[in-house]
Amino acid sequence: MQGAEHPAQPVIQAQGVSLTFQTADGPIHALKDVDLTINQGDFVSFIGPSGCGKTTFLRTIAALENATGGRISVNGQSPDQARRSRAYGYVFQAPGLYPWRSIAGNISLPLEIMGFDKADRRQRIERVLELVDLAGFGGKYPWQLSGGMQQRASIARALAFDADILLMDEPFGALDEIVRDKLNEALLDLWRKTGKTIGFVTHSIPEAVYLSTRIVVMSPRPGRITKIIESPLPRNRPLDIRDSAEFIALAHEVREGLREGHGDD
Amino acid sequence: MTDLARAPSDKTSWRTGHADRVLPVLVVLLVIVGIWYLAAIGMNAEWVRDQAARADEDLTSGEFLRRTLILDRPVLPAPHQVASGLWDGIFGQKITSKRSLIYHGWITLSATLAGFAIGSLAGVVLAVGIVHNRAMDQSVMPWAVASQTVPILAIAPMVIVVFASAGITGLLPKAIIAAWLSFFPVLVGMVKGLRTPDAMQLDLMRSWNASDRQVFWRLRLPSSLPFLFASLKVAVAAALVGTIVGELPAGASAGLGARLLSGSYYGQTIQIWAALLAAATLAAILVALIGMIQKATLEHMGLAR
Ligand SMILES: Nc1ncnc2c1ncn2[C@@H]1O[C@H](COP(=O)(O)OP(=O)(O)OP(=O)(O)O)[C@@H](O)[C@H]1O
Ligand SMILES: [Mg+2]
Repeated sequence: MQGAEHPAQPVIQAQGVSLTFQTADGPIHALKDVDLTINQGDFVSFIGPSGCGKTTFLRTIAALENATGGRISVNGQSPDQARRSRAYGYVFQAPGLYPWRSIAGNISLPLEIMGFDKADRRQRIERVLELVDLAGFGGKYPWQLSGGMQQRASIARALAFDADILLMDEPFGALDEIVRDKLNEALLDLWRKTGKTIGFVTHSIPEAVYLSTRIVVMSPRPGRITKIIESPLPRNRPLDIRDSAEFIALAHEVREGLREGHGDD
Repeated sequence: MTDLARAPSDKTSWRTGHADRVLPVLVVLLVIVGIWYLAAIGMNAEWVRDQAARADEDLTSGEFLRRTLILDRPVLPAPHQVASGLWDGIFGQKITSKRSLIYHGWITLSATLAGFAIGSLAGVVLAVGIVHNRAMDQSVMPWAVASQTVPILAIAPMVIVVFASAGITGLLPKAIIAAWLSFFPVLVGMVKGLRTPDAMQLDLMRSWNASDRQVFWRLRLPSSLPFLFASLKVAVAAALVGTIVGELPAGASAGLGARLLSGSYYGQTIQIWAALLAAATLAAILVALIGMIQKATLEHMGLAR
């Protein structure tokens, strides 16, 4: 909400970030010389062929991997400091809910770990359940919910402790088109309401174009950024914006970017 | 209510499930008893034939068969002889009597439970250590495996003798032997169980900056419960075997093991078999009890298969 009017506040800054995995078959250059700045309130999508380092880059921001070269900062701190101060919520492709905890219990888990008191927990659970449109489902168990509802619950879990950054790695990859559309709409709504900074990995061009303020196109061997596309679309995006000429042109540009990335390997 | 509406109700499915399970068990039991009778006749025949020859009797085949099944000290007692031995041992004696199977069963059970508790606790503690400590991960397992390759029959008398020389007899030394056998399955099961959470679950915990302790109590331990229960079943049966082996040496005078031993000293085959069956029943009850706790717990946790 604020990010749009105020001068852009950098939240995540990567300069020449490289990451090489040492494996039995020799080194794998998962990331090479990645430069990227993500500002407060941005919705940045990462798109590219399998193995181009999208997951690795997101995990590096989250301090789940350590860069082997370059510099990266999150909220002006090192990624690990940011992780310790609980700067981000991370959503994986699978919901990863505990079967022995109710939906409310699952959302409560990070809150318990972070030491929120009981009354506060209850309030937060209530609020995020509403945010992901699951109000009233707190008492249900994961197996009683559909895959899409489970994924929404896992997003609620990532939102519950009010981190300013939301990192999502193909969160809707396992869901069908119709459910995906719904969740995309809900996610945009949520992003506008909360003003969070979102990093989002996807394989779907329409998804990337529909959601993002900026689309980062990557290519493999070594994993690198080949193109960064600023979206001219307004922040307010009804689903049918996808039939507009602007949207189609943007999708085309992304497709071209992906093809170029492929051409030189 | 229509039949269709009633069909999938919990009660009916439970009932059919029950019958489905009981019938095969009964059939198998009948077959075993049949074979047992045939074996008893075959194995006792020589003895009956010898005796008849010595007394210069000419037996009809009916009488011959009858006698193979009522010997005082048969090579192999017939099922009904064992059953009546069991009945007498359980209901025919005062429970304080040295001839009561309840008395001996209790002695064995108490040592089994003590050993099972010690062993399971040791198994869990060692597993927690292995999962959290690199040095223990690399050093404990080989020793645990080695401990199980030493024949328990060789260890048991040493344990009994060492404790007896320190003036400790009775429950504790037997419980130690039981624990020796029962810690291992718990250790192996718990190490596997505590390591079931996948990389994603652990990454989530890391993203929340959870401490090792929080990861343990909130993720590893609950995830390990299905493995824990499976290994507890093995462990309790192993504890019973350990206790009985611990009752064999040094002429222990109480417990199912002692009952087995004294039976074999005096050729009381019926007594041996009655004690054996009592031990088997005890094991079955213990395993079934853990199974019930397992079912209730895992269903409550949504982890039941
Ligand atoms: N822990 C690891 N050890 C070794 N190599 C790894 C590891 N993690 C990733 N890689 C390699 O790094 C490269 C980038 O992987 P990454 O998972 O980031 O790709 P991705 O863009 O997310 O692919 P996908 O679209 O299939 O999810 C791949 O070649 C992969 O094999
Ligand atoms: Mg990936």
